Amino acid sequence: MCRLFAITSKEPLSPMIAAEALDVMREGHDGSGVGLFMRDLGGPFEEMKDAPILSGIFTEKGIKRLDQFMMNIGFMTKYKLSVKIPKVRPAGVPKRDLYLVRAYEYPEEWEKLSVEEKQSRLLILRLELRTMGEEEEDMIVFSFWPDVIMIKEIGDPMTVARFLGLGRKDLCARIIMAQGRQNTNYAINLYACHPFFIEGFSTMTNGENTAFIPIKEYLESRGFHGYMGYQSDSEVFTHILHYTYEKLRLGIEWYKHVITPLQDENIESHPNAIFLKQLKHSCRRLIIDGPNCVIGSLPDHSLFMVQDRKKLRPGVVGGKPGMFAFSSEICGLDAVIPDRDKTKDFQPMHLDTVIVGPDRQEVRVCRQTEVLPPLH
Amino acid sequence: MSSDRSITPSSLSIKDLPWQILWNKEKCTLCGSCTSVCPVNAVELGVFRKRTVQVPLNIATGKQASGSDYSIYYGIRQRTDPAYACVGCAMCSLVCPNDAIMPYRGDEADKLRYHIDRGGQPRRRGGRRNVPGGILDQIKFIRISMLTDPALDAGRHEFELKTLLGRVLPPEENLKFLDDNGWIPPVREIYPLMIGSMSFGALSPTMWEGLQMGVSYLNEELGMPVRVCTGEGGCPPRLLRSRFLKYVILQIASGYFGWDEIIHAIPEMKEDPCAIEIKYGQGAKPGDGGLLMWHKVNKLIAAIRGVPPGISLPSPPTHQTKYSIEEAVAKMIQSMYMAWGFRVPVYPKISGTSTALAVLNNLTRNPYAAGLAIDGEDGGTGAAYNVSMNHMGHPIASNIRDSYLNLVTLGMQNEIPIFAGGGVGKSGNLAANAAALIMLGASGVQIGKYMMQAAGGCLGSESDRCNICNIGRCPKGITSQDPRLYRRLDPEQVAQRVVDVFLSFDTELKKIVAPLGRSTALPIGMSDALGISDYHAAERLKIKYVV
Repeated sequence: MCRLFAITSKEPLSPMIAAEALDVMREGHDGSGVGLFMRDLGGPFEEMKDAPILSGIFTEKGIKRLDQFMMNIGFMTKYKLSVKIPKVRPAGVPKRDLYLVRAYEYPEEWEKLSVEEKQSRLLILRLELRTMGEEEEDMIVFSFWPDVIMIKEIGDPMTVARFLGLGRKDLCARIIMAQGRQNTNYAINLYACHPFFIEGFSTMTNGENTAFIPIKEYLESRGFHGYMGYQSDSEVFTHILHYTYEKLRLGIEWYKHVITPLQDENIESHPNAIFLKQLKHSCRRLIIDGPNCVIGSLPDHSLFMVQDRKKLRPGVVGGKPGMFAFSSEICGLDAVIPDRDKTKDFQPMHLDTVIVGPDRQEVRVCRQTEVLPPLH
Repeated sequence: MSSDRSITPSSLSIKDLPWQILWNKEKCTLCGSCTSVCPVNAVELGVFRKRTVQVPLNIATGKQASGSDYSIYYGIRQRTDPAYACVGCAMCSLVCPNDAIMPYRGDEADKLRYHIDRGGQPRRRGGRRNVPGGILDQIKFIRISMLTDPALDAGRHEFELKTLLGRVLPPEENLKFLDDNGWIPPVREIYPLMIGSMSFGALSPTMWEGLQMGVSYLNEELGMPVRVCTGEGGCPPRLLRSRFLKYVILQIASGYFGWDEIIHAIPEMKEDPCAIEIKYGQGAKPGDGGLLMWHKVNKLIAAIRGVPPGISLPSPPTHQTKYSIEEAVAKMIQSMYMAWGFRVPVYPKISGTSTALAVLNNLTRNPYAAGLAIDGEDGGTGAAYNVSMNHMGHPIASNIRDSYLNLVTLGMQNEIPIFAGGGVGKSGNLAANAAALIMLGASGVQIGKYMMQAAGGCLGSESDRCNICNIGRCPKGITSQDPRLYRRLDPEQVAQRVVDVFLSFDTELKKIVAPLGRSTALPIGMSDALGISDYHAAERLKIKYVV
């Protein structure tokens, strides 16, 4: 199993908090890797919310190729966060030349473009860099998006966090998602590491998606260039979320109806029966299966958690106004927000989507059998 | 054989026949049950003369007593005339009070096969291709969910195993049409195991009624949305006007039998039928039409089909009113949709063929096509030429896989459901075969012969046992129109067997999908779960090669 921890806070927090929470839950993962997602950044990135930030791992050669590539398109470095790598590597962590977190200035000719156009181009660039990196094995690119930083590495979460010096003052964010993983892919490919990211949507999962192959085939056949990769069966959760928002124009309340629809007899008695029946029919190939707890972050700075149809994975949400955390285990919550009202901790069940909105004031529970909000 | 009996090329001995009847004189009661029950009159009363050698003991007297004593006894004689050759149905054993008689399979290939074309008429029969086994039985389910969790509980967990029959729109379009009040094609949520097309006529009235009753019970009492297809023989008027019609798929084929009755019943229908299947081909006899022989066309059949009684009803291989399958598909689908006000899904059924992809691609461009049923070479039939059955057709596995992957390439795998048929469960492994086809890409499977065997007690097999459905002498009364024969079959008991078959199938299907970690949706196209120890088959089907 893997372990998940996510936190949304009014004040920016260090990612070490998430590493600590994973460390508390270390019995649940084998320490074979860690992935971090940070959004709504604080520190020096606070001042450059619109600047796209490239996150990834590069070799010496890779960074030269990157600089050349970015310069050719007209991207200028605005700010970079240099990670000083200690000489002695902990066991299990591979040798890397450079962990890159770099904010860019858009090229001049992009300035006239709409936000949507810019974002769509950012995706294309990220995919291009990924392809370049795969060809020469000199770059791994996690995200290229404004106000988002991602770091992934093989090894025990706490050891990696300390090794990379993630406790530094200039690295903090109001939304942090972290996954401590169990090695399910034998040879670990960092592209198989959670959280996954596409155009502002990110999710991470504890579980196994047994319907992976048909879903992958369906997403790949949608004709959208971003639906690629799939080194992990969990990447489809991120892409289905993206599909629900960007292609179907539906919100988080509908996500669970896409991935784990109600059974037919429950749909019949649902106030939105006609709509849900059509949604179930046409999105049938996106139905997930197996035990899965999905935690995700939306572009509007909401955090959410959904469970599979049978609720076969642990997951709890708790906190206090201004700070809420989602965790695989209660001990993770206890480690980070010990002073919360524990009676308000909530473990979402098979019909629930829990959402903490951008205001971070409360946990909203959206049950699948309830009426859906009006469309558009 | 006496020395003056003539020998013709077709003179066969019992040894030359495929089945030899072993009869035990000691046990026989001479009741005559076997001779009267034999559907092909292969056994008849035999009067035998027997010599008992008697050696006189009083040699010394020199009187020569007779050395032999001749006696007569009665028993069973197997006929060797090709027209009366034993078919191995073993009804004689079934009725014998003393178990004194039993047909046995010959120990080498029979000679009958060279002589079964008297009058230049090639052999015709019912049943399936005489080839046991098949690739479906070799497929294993290898992706057992051990990685992150114990498997699901087939007995206690909730499962959603229904499938869709009908044209499903792409999600974006579907939601848009819903918003704009556009036409959304009708889609049925059905059980993935359907009873395929077996006509009223090919089947006896008792068998047909039993199937219908079983299906109605499954739907109304057990909540399993099982559907049954009529085949090309029309539908009894009372069923057309009943609420049970919604469980029925009406088939239209090249003979259009029964469609006058159906069209006239439309205004009086209480429910829409589940769907309309347009038959273009059949797996057992691809490229050949129905072949209901005159023996089976009695008054009832004739009335339902709208033909005079006592005439043979060979359907033409093609739909005569159309020039090409493209045109036929487009026009017939459209007309059928119109007949029921665009409320009933209409889909074609073709025989397995290397040209299936062309038909499928044609359907992808037709916004009305509600699916495609493909019937593989192992499908059964009530009557066909032996050569068609044994040598014509395409295996179902690669046909389904190719079709599914073709739809994946087009991104239409959810839009046009593919249904597989033809020899599913022919070795008795119904659930395993069905699950394999579903994971290769079928949305559901159709079974026909299996229902005859499991629900009717059909004796037919792939080693050419019985297989006389075509002559109307079915010894179990499944495919006969002779009341003396079909009265042997109680429709209530057939219905009960139908229910048994579906319930046990359901449990077995869950026992397959649960360990794979699947329960929220039918695992259509879950090819990563499949493995086979035949390397070339694995490559061809794009599944795992495992040894």
